[in-house]
Amino acid sequence: MSTPTHEVPRDETVTRSRFSWGWLLIGIAGVILALGALRTVTGADDVASAGTMGAAVRAAMPIALAGLGGLWAERAGVVNIGLEGMMILGTFGAGFAGYQWGPWAALAFAVFMGTVGGLIHAIATVGFGVDHIVSGVAVNIIGLGAAQYLAALTFTGKPGGGPTQSPPVERMPTFDIPGLSWAGRELAQTDLVFLTDAGAVLAGLTTRVSLLTVIGLACIVGTWLLLWHTSFGLRVRACGENPQSAETLGVNVYLYKYSAVLASGAMAGLGGAFLVDDASVYRDGQTGGRGYIGLAAMIFGNWRPGGLVAGAGLFGYTDALRLRRGGESVHALLLLIGVGLIALAVWWLWKRKVAQAGVTAAFGVGLVVLHLATDSVPSDFTGMTPFIATLLVLGLASQRLRMPKADGQRYRRGEAG
Amino acid sequence: MIRVRSMLMTMAAPILAVALAVLITTVVLLAAGDPVGRVWGTIFSEPRPRNIVNIINSGSVLYLSALAAAVGFRMGLFNIGVDGQYRIAAFAAAYVAGQAWVPGILNIALAILTAMLVGAMWAGIAGLLKVTRGISEVISTIMLNAIATALVAWMLRSVAVPGSNNITTTPIPESSRVPGMALIPGAHNEIYGFVFLAVAAGLFYWVLLSRTRFGFNLRATGASESAAVASGIDTKKMILAAMLISGAVAGLVGMPLLFGDSYSYGVTFQPGLGFAGIAVALLGRNHPVGIAFGALLFAFLNEQANALQLQAGVSAEIVKVMQGITVLSVVIAYEVVRRANRAAEQRRVAAELARARAEATEVTG
Repeated sequence: MSTPTHEVPRDETVTRSRFSWGWLLIGIAGVILALGALRTVTGADDVASAGTMGAAVRAAMPIALAGLGGLWAERAGVVNIGLEGMMILGTFGAGFAGYQWGPWAALAFAVFMGTVGGLIHAIATVGFGVDHIVSGVAVNIIGLGAAQYLAALTFTGKPGGGPTQSPPVERMPTFDIPGLSWAGRELAQTDLVFLTDAGAVLAGLTTRVSLLTVIGLACIVGTWLLLWHTSFGLRVRACGENPQSAETLGVNVYLYKYSAVLASGAMAGLGGAFLVDDASVYRDGQTGGRGYIGLAAMIFGNWRPGGLVAGAGLFGYTDALRLRRGGESVHALLLLIGVGLIALAVWWLWKRKVAQAGVTAAFGVGLVVLHLATDSVPSDFTGMTPFIATLLVLGLASQRLRMPKADGQRYRRGEAG
Repeated sequence: MIRVRSMLMTMAAPILAVALAVLITTVVLLAAGDPVGRVWGTIFSEPRPRNIVNIINSGSVLYLSALAAAVGFRMGLFNIGVDGQYRIAAFAAAYVAGQAWVPGILNIALAILTAMLVGAMWAGIAGLLKVTRGISEVISTIMLNAIATALVAWMLRSVAVPGSNNITTTPIPESSRVPGMALIPGAHNEIYGFVFLAVAAGLFYWVLLSRTRFGFNLRATGASESAAVASGIDTKKMILAAMLISGAVAGLVGMPLLFGDSYSYGVTFQPGLGFAGIAVALLGRNHPVGIAFGALLFAFLNEQANALQLQAGVSAEIVKVMQGITVLSVVIAYEVVRRANRAAEQRRVAAELARARAEATEVTG
């Protein structure tokens, strides 16, 4: 048979991508409108300010990159909870190369270190068939230990450096997007219902954009194109859905799994470079669990790049809000999420899903009551947002979530059929 | 004969893994230009009495943490959440004990009960999410770890003694502290009184898994879920029970430290015990005695590494790398052994079948 492998019969159970630019624009407009309304109702000015938006992007990128790392690995059927360790390796790499040879070297070395972490995970899981979770835990231990050991080795005694901190690292250049940045700032100055907030968001997204952000966005789009629009990507995903079938079609499953897990480590390492760039220094404990948050964003986004970006954006936004009059801003956000959940509950009720509607409504009402009964939210609770949101999504919408079918399973060549 | 061989191979695996870890770490040290000889000289020097006490103490803590993970592992459940469970449980126990609602020993018992209950509840959330909504316990416990961290930080600040820069719960009253034991001659520090808690937990684990029907069901579910269901085991109930037990044991992890050392829960309460426990459980192959050896080995490495900075000018964190490599190589070794055993088994069966067929042809022919 000479049929090319990428013309597989269509499986109707696979969720089709329902992406369209029109819906995206309507969604963005809706979010801006909601935030604007929230700002007017509660008077919390920072929920839609340019500063918050800029900070949100910077907070979201490392999470999105860690999530992309998770996406690469899990789409090829390898569960990767070692993202945190790979990201830590990335931060060390960025610090080590960054203070000596500048931001581009930092980027390259962070990717390299992350890939080394990915290689360890790939050898253990793909090569030796070790349980993926066990290997992930080990990679996290090794990553943390190695970064701390190497940091103490290379940064001690350097000017501005120490055993737990690198000397200052030069940051990637930033730039304003001509026209858009100016227009956004001008609009934000006005006092119009929707345009003010839209302007602020636009200004936040287009002013002082780091080159690293552009690279990160390119990684997201590149991943989407590569995994969903090339035969290479189809084979990678086939390895995650049904490696035995892929094998019978002549796909070298080991090769694709290895490539995907290495890419996974590279993405996580790049996420680490982001953190170092943002703080212009490597610091011990800098990742602060962002590898896990990235994993959460990926699951939240249903193992798809679009959803992943939405998840990372949400988590980055709440994280950024914490730093900008967090108590007040997050307190205001409670109202929005509460109302949103109640609306979702009504929709579910209409769909006759009483149990989900009940739980959702309970959470929604609870948040609204919490908003009305308190004046500010302790910052600790903001840090929980990604994790509670992911648990809620998993708990309430688990039928709509679909992870790769052979995710986390052992595969050995020659065991098909 | 085959049994003896596979047992020998099982015993050989951890030793080989440690050797491999030493080898790889040596390569790392050489590449980094660190004094290899002095590093190993320091780590494998004879521990002083003071160090022996520390090794036994932190070993008992690691042992508890590993047991908690092992309960889940035995039935194929990954309780990655021991970390969150022990911290939230230790906080709750420290708070209860600090309030001293009941006197003396009763207070200790109450605090331990609180710790086990809170730990079990926190793990139970993951268990409940798994049996009702089918959510992987790996994902939910990772999320719950992070939530526990934030929750404990918030509660700690809410209940902390005002006016002090050291944010801690109210210290446990003198009458409810567990005295140490001066068992090692020449050491000024004492072994935690609660080392016996670790021993008791180990015995409980062994009896529960090897000598009870519940333990049999648990292991059966771990070995083959479909076979377990076919033999009438309610796997959902088993999942929930295993998570609750795992969480309750995780609740005990902080107790030796709380009652024998810090007497309160603060921001400096030892972190990271949960993941170390997972590593130790894997190293000890979920066997109560194996885990004890693993815990003592990890505690030994941690303790001996403390002198590295002073003796060899090398960061103590190198042992973390070594521990991680040990775990990874031991699971790889087990996997290789498993494959080798299975291949041997297949060859044996094939040979027997061939012989049987040959005999059959002789008879008919």
